[in-house]
Amino acid sequence: MANSATDFTSRTTAVDGKSILRDGYVLDFEKPIVEMEQKISEMKQIARASGMDSLTEEIRRMEKKAAKLKHETYRKLTRWQKVQMARHAQRPYTLDYISRVCSSWTELHGDRHFADDKAIVGGLARIDETPLVIIGHQKGRGTKENLLRNFGMPNPEGYRKALRLMKLAAGFQRPVVTFIDTPGAYPGIGAEERGQAEAIARNLFEMARLPIPIVTIVIGEGGSGGALAISIADRIFMLEHAIYSVISPEGCASILYRDASEAERAADALKLTASDLLSMKIIDGILEEPLAGAHRDVDKMAALIKKTILTTLKELQKSPQEELIRIRHEKYAKIGFWLE
Amino acid sequence: MDWFRKGREGLTPQAKRETPDGLWVKCDSCGEIIFRRELEKLFLVCPKCRFHFPMESSQYVSLLMDEGTWEEMDAHLRPQDPLLFRDTQKYPDRVAKAVKNTGHQEAITTGVGALAEYRVTLGVMDFSFFGGSVGSVVGEKIARAVDRAMDEQRAVIVISSSGGMRMQEGMVSLMQMAKVSVKFSQLAAAKLPFISVLTNPTTGGTTASFSMQGDVIMAEPRALIGFAGPRVIKQTIRQDLPEGFQRSEFLLEHGFIDRIVERKDMKKELAQILYFFAGENSK
Repeated sequence: MANSATDFTSRTTAVDGKSILRDGYVLDFEKPIVEMEQKISEMKQIARASGMDSLTEEIRRMEKKAAKLKHETYRKLTRWQKVQMARHAQRPYTLDYISRVCSSWTELHGDRHFADDKAIVGGLARIDETPLVIIGHQKGRGTKENLLRNFGMPNPEGYRKALRLMKLAAGFQRPVVTFIDTPGAYPGIGAEERGQAEAIARNLFEMARLPIPIVTIVIGEGGSGGALAISIADRIFMLEHAIYSVISPEGCASILYRDASEAERAADALKLTASDLLSMKIIDGILEEPLAGAHRDVDKMAALIKKTILTTLKELQKSPQEELIRIRHEKYAKIGFWLE
Repeated sequence: MDWFRKGREGLTPQAKRETPDGLWVKCDSCGEIIFRRELEKLFLVCPKCRFHFPMESSQYVSLLMDEGTWEEMDAHLRPQDPLLFRDTQKYPDRVAKAVKNTGHQEAITTGVGALAEYRVTLGVMDFSFFGGSVGSVVGEKIARAVDRAMDEQRAVIVISSSGGMRMQEGMVSLMQMAKVSVKFSQLAAAKLPFISVLTNPTTGGTTASFSMQGDVIMAEPRALIGFAGPRVIKQTIRQDLPEGFQRSEFLLEHGFIDRIVERKDMKKELAQILYFFAGENSK
């Protein structure tokens, strides 16, 4: 069967960055802003239809107010609000970025052992003049797509497909970029039977010595071992409102407070935001999101991601192979806080 | 079987802390009432149902190491509180309580010694300390043990029992999976063997990192071994789990461990494996 070499969407609905009002996916703290924006657009319509110049001043005043409110809200999100942003139903997913960042993309399927896991996508990509392998978790939009993508929760074959593609990249000296966006590795009977733990452990072990540059970008949810399994990297970036955590806030709350509704408290305790992790030197940089989140201007976000990938790869490709791996080893050896 | 007798002597003093006071012990699995002396002679394995009682790290060290050869490493490392984590209690208070209740300073003991005269680096985890969870100290102790193994050309053995990563250290603990995996990858590149022994229970990020990275992976009988805990899986799929799910025998059946070994045979089996890797060289 002929597969289009630039099958960007791969059966996942792309976001257009404007649908937030239309589709009604609005978080509580977004509501005042969205309502204000709706009001402004209504007033504009009235002004246009009736030619009432007296409204222009009022519209300008309200636009200013909306901009201020946006700024105040999104630059000071609490940790729990960032968790919600990272999981936002309109948040762009891996394929949304791939379609904007790459000039060509050939998705490759299957782990060659058991199946093709649709919760992880991977393939041969080209960004400007750079050939590379891109691998990422893939969530779905709506019930049907989410069932297909298993809500972005990979089974062992997803991690094995990822490793196969990484080794392919290494064999031809092409760099690897991974996008992280998963609630976690899938906890199911089949996943355990087929060795979820072994699959993750194998990836960590092999990525440690993969003789090519690896760059990771956490675009949404970094869910524990399921995220780590494709993110041993020379450079790790996070989008401003992405999260990365050892356990979900809900899981943490149900263990520590015996109450999953304490997730907000747990999110604070876990220090799972990009700025938290940069200050602990677990990540290397933060990619600023368009005001009000990546989903409000996907093209702008994708442009920054593209630029970051290209400059980072250029820098990493200066190091000879042995040097690259030695620095990677040193970087991970340093992580931790203990008293002698 | 010289080591057999020595191991038993080493067991006696610590065994009193692990099992409740009294002359008789009830088996957690089959309910059999066992004479304590008898249980200790059997390396804390129920004579009726072969249930393996939990062992302290010091007991496992005595079981495996030749007498007088054990030298503990990095016992002075202590956890910090990078997240200033508090739930109903502060993390440092929970650590202090664990130290008081268990007599351990952390969830792993590492060191060097001889196993049937083979020079090895050994790590033994204590599930009794903080659920055997892996934080910065466990990660650093394993990393240093592997470094020393590479310096001294020794094999590495780790006896796992762990509930996974220590959430009180947040992402710092998740990154310990990466840190130790990188070390074991270096050990493999140095052509030194790693033998992983899984005991009840080994789950979460521990299984999904070093425990599954052994050149040879063994398990004690009927140990719970998995990635997700059975409770989480049950909640997710809303079905009862099959009998024997995630037990050693299940993993052997599905091809994820090499052997199931009873505690009484563990030293002998490890020695045979070490012979394959080292010949007589590292004696």
